[in-house]
Amino acid sequence: MSDRRIAFTIDGRKIEARAGQTVLEAAEEAGVYVPRLCWMKGLTPAGACRVCTVRVNGRPQSACTQPAAPGMIVENDTEELRELRRDVIDMLFVEGNHFCMFCEKSGACELQALAYRFGIAAPKYPFMFPRRELDASHPDIFIDRNRCILCGRCVRASQELDGKHVFDFVGRGRDKRIAVDAEAGLGDTDCAATDRAIDACPTGSLLRKRVGFAVPVGRREFDRQPIGSDIERPAAAE
Amino acid sequence: MPEATRRIVIEPLTRVEGHGKVSILLDDNNRVAQARLHIVEFRGFERFIQGRPFWELPVLVQRLCGICPVSHHLCAAKAIDGIIGVDQLTPTGEKMRRLMHYGQIFQSHALHFFHLASPDLLFGFDAPVEKRNVIGVIAEHPDLAVQGVMMRKFGQEIIKATAGKKVHGTGAIPGGINKNLSIAERDELLAEVDQMMEWSLKAVEIARQYTLTNLATVSEFGAFDSNHLSLVRADGAMDLYDGKLRAIAADGSQIIDQVAPLDYLDEIAEEVRSWSYMKFPFLKKLGPETGWFRVGPLARVNACDFIDTPKAEAARREFFEVTDGVPSNLTMAYHWSRMIELLHSVEVIGDLLHDGDLQGDDLVAPPGERRGEYVAMLEAPRGTLTHHYRVDENDQVTMANLIVSTTCNNEAMNRAVAKIAEDEISGAPEITEGLLNNIEVGVRAYDPCLSCATHALGQMPLEVKLIDAEGNTVDRRTRP
Ligand code: FES
Ligand code: NI
Repeated sequence: MSDRRIAFTIDGRKIEARAGQTVLEAAEEAGVYVPRLCWMKGLTPAGACRVCTVRVNGRPQSACTQPAAPGMIVENDTEELRELRRDVIDMLFVEGNHFCMFCEKSGACELQALAYRFGIAAPKYPFMFPRRELDASHPDIFIDRNRCILCGRCVRASQELDGKHVFDFVGRGRDKRIAVDAEAGLGDTDCAATDRAIDACPTGSLLRKRVGFAVPVGRREFDRQPIGSDIERPAAAE
Repeated sequence: MPEATRRIVIEPLTRVEGHGKVSILLDDNNRVAQARLHIVEFRGFERFIQGRPFWELPVLVQRLCGICPVSHHLCAAKAIDGIIGVDQLTPTGEKMRRLMHYGQIFQSHALHFFHLASPDLLFGFDAPVEKRNVIGVIAEHPDLAVQGVMMRKFGQEIIKATAGKKVHGTGAIPGGINKNLSIAERDELLAEVDQMMEWSLKAVEIARQYTLTNLATVSEFGAFDSNHLSLVRADGAMDLYDGKLRAIAADGSQIIDQVAPLDYLDEIAEEVRSWSYMKFPFLKKLGPETGWFRVGPLARVNACDFIDTPKAEAARREFFEVTDGVPSNLTMAYHWSRMIELLHSVEVIGDLLHDGDLQGDDLVAPPGERRGEYVAMLEAPRGTLTHHYRVDENDQVTMANLIVSTTCNNEAMNRAVAKIAEDEISGAPEITEGLLNNIEVGVRAYDPCLSCATHALGQMPLEVKLIDAEGNTVDRRTRP
């Protein structure tokens, strides 16, 4: 451990961060789960989804972009923040067409897993049922925009991990959507089935073809344990 | 509608799987001219499927029906096998799917018989509605009610062990299955088989005794001659999971035989009638007038040459002793034939559970040469089920046509209602309690999806209106 530790608290629990760490990273290292969706280990944080919202000295901040600083008082697992996160997740559901019942990512989807963790049985906002396009033009990969939550993880992963620029956002507001770097669709890009960008998708929006339901129900990532429980550890006795 | 025709409108039959009502058209002399069973299917589903990636289909199409999702799951999986060029599954893949299918047949038939139909059979159709329901069965025949629950549960456990979940599982995947049967799962199921066999034998006996005791009544009740359609194995044996089409006439003579599902369009067409969303399938060889047919347990027991499990085969022979070897055309014979299939299913399940292939690890067959189009069929609890898909080079579904069992029995159910109404009304345009009862019992014999959905308490919510030629309601009866 480095000498220059940054000491702060999350929900009263003492956390020590290294220089340059964000609140989310320091929390994770200390065994505290801050719910997140657009953040992914190894990618530049985007601060886009607001699922990781915490209060820092009373002010709402996204934990994935907030650098840890000495003496910070961070609130994470409070009823107020849980409610806010619930709302954000809720809105992500109604903005798209998320039919978990026949989605092949079901059980391994971070959005669904968050909904379960937050006890969302049915969204409280009305469904918007937008019309969204599929892009199946690539022989090995397809995009189902019905399930895209615009987290941008594929955009960043393609650039930062694959050294490509396959994905980007186009449009604004309600019309914002993920686009690919070719007019004719994904099939005309240099995207490959081995790209890390595909694994970056937290939902069933960017998938390898013909994998489907090869992993049975009950044996999927979040069937075994709720999302975040691989991070959570009780505070070390002092 | 002719000027002087009166309509008796019975509505709604159901709330969940689609809404239905029965119109009985009377002529000038108040005789039944025609009966029309309206079932509103979940339209638009075929369009909803369009554009979806094909490997999603087995899980997606289960949503078509809350009652028989496993049948749609497996039928779509079989169609997709064809699309990806898999003509032969691995032994483990094939047997796991068969186990799932026979588990579904078993639970569906048990539910129907013990919870939906047994009140009609045990108490008679004219018993008061308050008694003629599953609560009445629990009160007077608690052992049977418990058996029904336990048998249904056994079937559901099989579905869970093969599909991953009791409802809407994901087990069947393109080219095979995504899990095998663990030794623990096998042993748990095996421990139940003998009991299930004993209860199934008893159920066959109840249905047989009922038919023999009431032969005079059931020989008339909703009875009419029809063709019968079913898949049979290459050797003519009953096979509910796979096979080729055979159609026989009311007297047993063959109309078509060993027609591959892929060639169904050569032999079967669907007629559209202005008053119904549900189509009317018929055999092209005979045309729409006489080419309609029955499907389901009665058609299957009639059409096969034999059943390849000994107890069910013995039961089949007893069935044909009553008919002197010719097909039965009685609506109420559905119950007996359904129980013969229940028995057959548990025999098949028992054999499969003893088969070591279920513990194999070779779950999925490698894809072969891709096809752009495929048709699969299986015998669902209610009858022949057809899934027909076209898939483009991007793996997206461009066309889906699903012919469900209840649709195949469309004309037959209309005929049954017409016959029942004719016998009951006989010139008096009055809505009697007896008419309601009998229509209910007659339709229920076919076990259409619309009835399963509402029959938890053994009765259909009915509203009957008698409407005169000017459109005035002159009589009205409701049953909550
Ligand atoms: S995870 Fe921090 S804003 Fe999305
Ligand atoms: Ni159904």
